[in-house]
Amino acid sequence: MSIATASSPLLFSGPDWDFDLIRRVHEACGEIGVGEMGLDPYPAQIEVITTEQMLDAYASTGMPLFYRHWSFGKHFARNEAMYRKGYQGLAYEIVINSNPCLVYIMEENSATMQTLVLAHAGYGHSHFFKNNYVFKQWTDADGILDYLEFARGYIAKCEDRHGQEEVERLLDAAHALQSHGIHRYPRKRMPDLRSEERREEERRRHGEQLFNDLWRTVPAGQKKKADADGHARRKALLGLPEENLLYFLEKTAPRLKGWQREVLRIVRLINQYFYPQRQTKVMNEGCATFVHHRIMNRLHEKGQLTDGSFLEFLHSHTSVVLQPGFDDRRYSGINPYALGFAMCCDIERICTAPTEEDREWMPDIAGNGDAYGTLRDIWANYRDESFVSQFLSPRAIRDFGLFRIVDDEDEEALNVAAIHDERGYRKIRRALSRHYDIAYRDPDIQIVDVDLAGDRKLILQHRVMDGIVLEETDTEKVLQHIADLWGYDVKLIEADDSGVEHAEHSTSPRRMFG
Amino acid sequence: MHIIDRRLNPGGKSFANRQRFLRRARAQVRKAVREASSSRSIKDAGKGGEVSIPAGGVYEPSLRRSRDGGVRDYVLPGNKKYIEGDTIPRPEQSGGQGSRASDSGEGEDEFRFALSDEEYLDLYLEDLELPDLAKRQVAGAEAVQWRQAGFSSDGPPARLSVPRTLRHSMSRRIALKRPKPEEIQALREEIERLEREGGQFEKLQELRADLELKLKRNKRIPYIDPVDVRYRRLESTPKPIAKAVMFCLMDVSGSMNEHMKDLAKRFYSLLYLFLNRRYKHVDVVFIRHTHEAQEVDEQTFFYSRETGGTVVSTALFKMEEVVRARYPVDQWNIYAAQASDGDNTSSDNAIVLQQLRDVILPICQYYAYVEVAMDDEEEPPGGTEPSTNLWRTFRRVSVEAPFAMRRVRHRRDIYPVFRELFSRRPEGAEAA
Repeated sequence: MSIATASSPLLFSGPDWDFDLIRRVHEACGEIGVGEMGLDPYPAQIEVITTEQMLDAYASTGMPLFYRHWSFGKHFARNEAMYRKGYQGLAYEIVINSNPCLVYIMEENSATMQTLVLAHAGYGHSHFFKNNYVFKQWTDADGILDYLEFARGYIAKCEDRHGQEEVERLLDAAHALQSHGIHRYPRKRMPDLRSEERREEERRRHGEQLFNDLWRTVPAGQKKKADADGHARRKALLGLPEENLLYFLEKTAPRLKGWQREVLRIVRLINQYFYPQRQTKVMNEGCATFVHHRIMNRLHEKGQLTDGSFLEFLHSHTSVVLQPGFDDRRYSGINPYALGFAMCCDIERICTAPTEEDREWMPDIAGNGDAYGTLRDIWANYRDESFVSQFLSPRAIRDFGLFRIVDDEDEEALNVAAIHDERGYRKIRRALSRHYDIAYRDPDIQIVDVDLAGDRKLILQHRVMDGIVLEETDTEKVLQHIADLWGYDVKLIEADDSGVEHAEHSTSPRRMFG
Repeated sequence: MHIIDRRLNPGGKSFANRQRFLRRARAQVRKAVREASSSRSIKDAGKGGEVSIPAGGVYEPSLRRSRDGGVRDYVLPGNKKYIEGDTIPRPEQSGGQGSRASDSGEGEDEFRFALSDEEYLDLYLEDLELPDLAKRQVAGAEAVQWRQAGFSSDGPPARLSVPRTLRHSMSRRIALKRPKPEEIQALREEIERLEREGGQFEKLQELRADLELKLKRNKRIPYIDPVDVRYRRLESTPKPIAKAVMFCLMDVSGSMNEHMKDLAKRFYSLLYLFLNRRYKHVDVVFIRHTHEAQEVDEQTFFYSRETGGTVVSTALFKMEEVVRARYPVDQWNIYAAQASDGDNTSSDNAIVLQQLRDVILPICQYYAYVEVAMDDEEEPPGGTEPSTNLWRTFRRVSVEAPFAMRRVRHRRDIYPVFRELFSRRPEGAEAA
């Protein structure tokens, strides 16, 4: 290896690669990524896999091990069909937020692509995972693999004991609710996945105590006043309102058995682990793309890449950051790679060569000269929503030709509310930032009350915004799952802030669990 | 940094999930498979392939906002000509942002995916059963099976059975009282201790003698003696293989047109597929007939034209001849499928019946008669029986015989008819 570097700085000259080359490339990328850009990634664990295995990984949301469920088989079947027909290429890599950071690379990548992938995932994503505050707050990179192992074992054990079908039904219900099984605000302590198993037992006992206490408070001919008191007390005891539906059901659903609660918990915790990824798609990809772009450029400058490899890299890079216009046939929303990469490059430009406009819009970073430092700080302390609302510059808006459209049901036609001009920048920025706000995008559904005095009916509320109600058929199905888990009737009211009720759904349980 | 090569890891990690998915969607996949089969060419009848099922059964609902209504705003890239305040006519389908699902929600969405050959056939031929699989041929060159048959005292070193050898060795050592190494060790230590302490000379002497004896014994009685050694013994047993021969009989006279032949061919290919899954070895014999019968190859059977009258019994005699010559009844499972438009020379009917009853049916595992008809042929109202010559003749075959007859007029009928003929019946029930 030292011979190779001594005689020629070139890392490689053909498309072939071997393990030694991967090691050299990883080190060369590290010199730039860590040495020049000041990145701080997790140690990498690089795993070479085949196409087949990549498809496998796709089906289980990229995780190396996962519990079993038919829905993963369905995704596998679809991906496979798409891939075999050539509708869809496969990712060049998958990277997992764990410590050490797992990077899957495909065996059929060329040496250039492997370099790109190592720079992208091994340094870009890995740095982001390790340093971004949302990941720090919400995920336990050290424990995730162990936890998945536990989860798979536990669910397999449940299947042995209670039958595949029973577990499958439960998982169906839990999966239907997984978008509403997230704590959006940090609670007392971060979940420590390693001690989950032990803590689960304590928590459950505690929850049951609360719960038992509750049922005894069913008013026995008491006065009205006490009733009103009881109402507030009951809500407080149950921790209502609660937006984490899975959590609430896991803790309080009266008819569930211990193992069923644990399964709900597993689904909930795994989903919580993915929550940061949903919040930082643009930044995460932007960071990784910016990093690989910079590393590849520097490698080329230093003479470690041939011109041919560099062109190969540019070819794939440009297709990754392509943003088709809204009227293009290929358009499918804003490409997070394109937006993130453009914004990171823009920030670098603002730091080193700002225009008057930049100084006006971002006085605190314009011309500070330390592009990498600024970017590292941004990567650490923002998520998509705040990133866009703080750092989407007028220039980026112009480059993308962003414009905002309002589609009001009552109007005849769509209305162009803002375009990339002086008056529009702020509006567009605000609108786009809201678009990345998960709390805004997901419907706001909360459990507001339980009718303890009567039939134990669970009452949920959807806070309707902008007059958009829930998808009807889906809601009925999910509500059925909630009713099954809860064991009694469930009602969902859709009302907006002014108190106007838009819709109401009710379901009775099918008595499937417990 | 570590690099791990996972390429050699066992693949098919998703296999279990896939099975679960198929099980879940079984009813729909089965339906899709059966529908797909009617549009396939015969060559592909047994191949896997893409099927599409309604997404309903494998739909994963979630709480999400509806796609229409309300006030929405979008930020889109690529503005070229709009300025603030412009209006854009609403596109046909409001909120055209969605990438999936039509407005009416689930149910319309098709879910497409590919089935492997194996999965396809499993579903395709599910619940079908061969009537009377009984005969199994014993012996025959390829059908030797080696199996474990106890132990022997000689054999090649590779087949040495260590556990068995050691077991013998141990019992022999116990029986002959070979001193254990621990005993000798303990004795040595004792002697050493006494030597160090001095005195007790007699005891020491005694112990030394004892040790010597034991050592001698140890040497004389080996740890493993040739008599202990055992080898795993293999025995060759003839393996019964079930062999089947399938006779395809078809009327190729002028009255059989392409459509009818196509129907017949579809039936034959299904039968072949089915037999092939049940038997390791399936022979197919094609016999075509006009007023005389010939054994031909597949190509000729289906594609060459012949003219002449129609004498069905010739085919039956030909079949008998072939069976006698090449397929001893005690060794082969014999299946026959006859396709015809039902015509026969009237004078031949009695001969057909007699030949069938007395010769063919007794040697057959199953005999299926498929009467093919034109697509546009009017079904007589009330679904009365067809009244062709052959049909009337075959009606008189006794119900106990392994015999079935069906009428087919369209491609899509083939599979249902086939299923009907071979569907699994409760024990003791009769073939129709």
